[in-house]
Amino acid sequence: MTNPEGAMTAAHIDGAAQEAAVAAPGLRARRVSRTADGRVILDGVSISPAPGATVGLLGPNGSGKSTLLRLLAGVLAPASGVVTLDGRPLDGLSRRDIARRIAVVEQQADTQVELTVLDVVRLGRTPHRRAWTPPSGADERAVREALARTGLTDRAHQSWHTLSGGERQRVQIARALAQEPRELLLDEPTNHLDVQHQLDLLTLVTSLPVTSVVALHDLNLAAMYCDRLVVLREGSVVAHGTPGDVLTEELIAGVYGVRAAVTREGADGRPHVRFLGTVARPAPRDATHADPR
Amino acid sequence: MTRAHVGTLCAAGAALLAASVALAITIGPADIRVGDVWSVVAAHLGWGTTELSPIRDGIVWQLRLPRTLLAAVCGAGLAVCGAVMQSLLRNPLADPFVLGVSSGASTGAVLVVVLGAGGGLLSVSGGAFLGALLSFGLVLLLSHTLGGTTDRVVLSGVAAMQLFSALTSFVVMTAADAETTRGVLFWLLGSLGGVGWTDVWICLAVLVAALTVCLAYARTLDAFAFGQDAAATLGVSVARTRLVLLCATALLTAALVSSAGAIGFVGLVLPHAARALVGSGHARLLPVAALAGAVFLVWVDTLARTVLDPQEVPVGVVTSLIGVPVFVLVLYRTRRTR
Repeated sequence: MTNPEGAMTAAHIDGAAQEAAVAAPGLRARRVSRTADGRVILDGVSISPAPGATVGLLGPNGSGKSTLLRLLAGVLAPASGVVTLDGRPLDGLSRRDIARRIAVVEQQADTQVELTVLDVVRLGRTPHRRAWTPPSGADERAVREALARTGLTDRAHQSWHTLSGGERQRVQIARALAQEPRELLLDEPTNHLDVQHQLDLLTLVTSLPVTSVVALHDLNLAAMYCDRLVVLREGSVVAHGTPGDVLTEELIAGVYGVRAAVTREGADGRPHVRFLGTVARPAPRDATHADPR
Repeated sequence: MTRAHVGTLCAAGAALLAASVALAITIGPADIRVGDVWSVVAAHLGWGTTELSPIRDGIVWQLRLPRTLLAAVCGAGLAVCGAVMQSLLRNPLADPFVLGVSSGASTGAVLVVVLGAGGGLLSVSGGAFLGALLSFGLVLLLSHTLGGTTDRVVLSGVAAMQLFSALTSFVVMTAADAETTRGVLFWLLGSLGGVGWTDVWICLAVLVAALTVCLAYARTLDAFAFGQDAAATLGVSVARTRLVLLCATALLTAALVSSAGAIGFVGLVLPHAARALVGSGHARLLPVAALAGAVFLVWVDTLARTVLDPQEVPVGVVTSLIGVPVFVLVLYRTRRTR
């Protein structure tokens, strides 16, 4: 798929152009691959989100979205290729240094530990604090601001276990903000949420002063909230660009095996997808696999 | 609970512990008063003389004081190990013995007592300590080979526990006479009878070292609340943290078990009690668990050596008899979160 905006793109995915990108700022993956049990999960994927942009990762289950996010977070190491932060490979940085820059919000975080909202948000200061020392003024300020930005100030002393799914995701985002990251990675953060909470959550994410990479299932949410979309299928990037460029009836049929009508009814003329049924021909081979985790 | 409250609580706990130790020493067949305890301690530290007879001086200084102090050290150490294990393995049922340390110690002790392993060069404690280290090493190796995840660590511990329990039973059943079997059983259930100052100093030194390591990792342990991947994204190097903390707690457990046997339930229940008091932040939880465990075991041991006087009940039996109802209560209290 060609990209009409060329070099000015927010999410620039182009194998040949990546040589220069290594020295550039931000979080970038260059031709990363990963296999598990002999199966290729990711195959030479490159991604370089522009600072401040919200990039949506799309693709069916098993297409490699979660694995790509885990590589970007430095939790998994690529079998080949490299993930860089400001031009430096992640595997040369300490976990602590990475955590001061990159925050991760998982699909569904849970704990058996008795914690309040404030306790969870304070965990975000872990990479900034040293042993034996009480929290600094900067720690307390970051926690206060994270609570305020997510609208949780009044609920700081509520128990985690009494929160709904949407509230828990909000708390996790507040925790991620307390890390004061410049990059935020979210793996299907809207799963298990009702419609209103899905919209609230993505509105919040897109309003944050960070570069976000969000794995999403819902094409219309992706169209509404993302500056850029990257579509994965069987571990490879099959399309990238603005939602308007990427979300076409042909792409949805090819990647998801679903017939759809795409209109421009979304806000600001963004695409809106209406599903009509499955495509007669067989869906992509891996469409029934679970997401690799 | 605020920081100041925890400081107050710890100070109160330390005072309670000192009072408990002094008071517990006075309880027993020989009539000894708190004032006598102080004068004996002062005399032995070179701050004056005691008017007590040499026999009563010996009862305080050679018997009751080391025993009571070791009870405090064991209680503190087991509670801290339990708290760390439960957080690290994200398992509320974890205790200091979950990695097979006590089972390995039992096998080592039984080999020395029953089969005379070591040819007289090895004491029971020495054999137990070697057995504990062997078992822990096996668990580390096994869990690493099996993939190194938290559940693999727990499963490896269960496997080692079963293996060494079977070995212990096998040796006792095939080689021991009735009297030796009774002695071994007494030791296996945990007993503070007959301990000396050497045990106290060794265990205290290991406790201080292990507690220092655990407190240095207090904030890191907090970060494990949402699992090891979440901890990693919070800047924790998971593999190193787990290795350091498993080794520190295993060494401490091995030292305690070698001196006093496998005293059950302290390491399982006291951390839960401490969490109920001060919450789950480890910078507060670990000192409070240590103090609570120490006070608890001082009194339980006092009960164990006096309740059927002159016969002694293994302290592990008493901790379990008290621990089980408390444990059921803890489970009942936490059921709503499941």
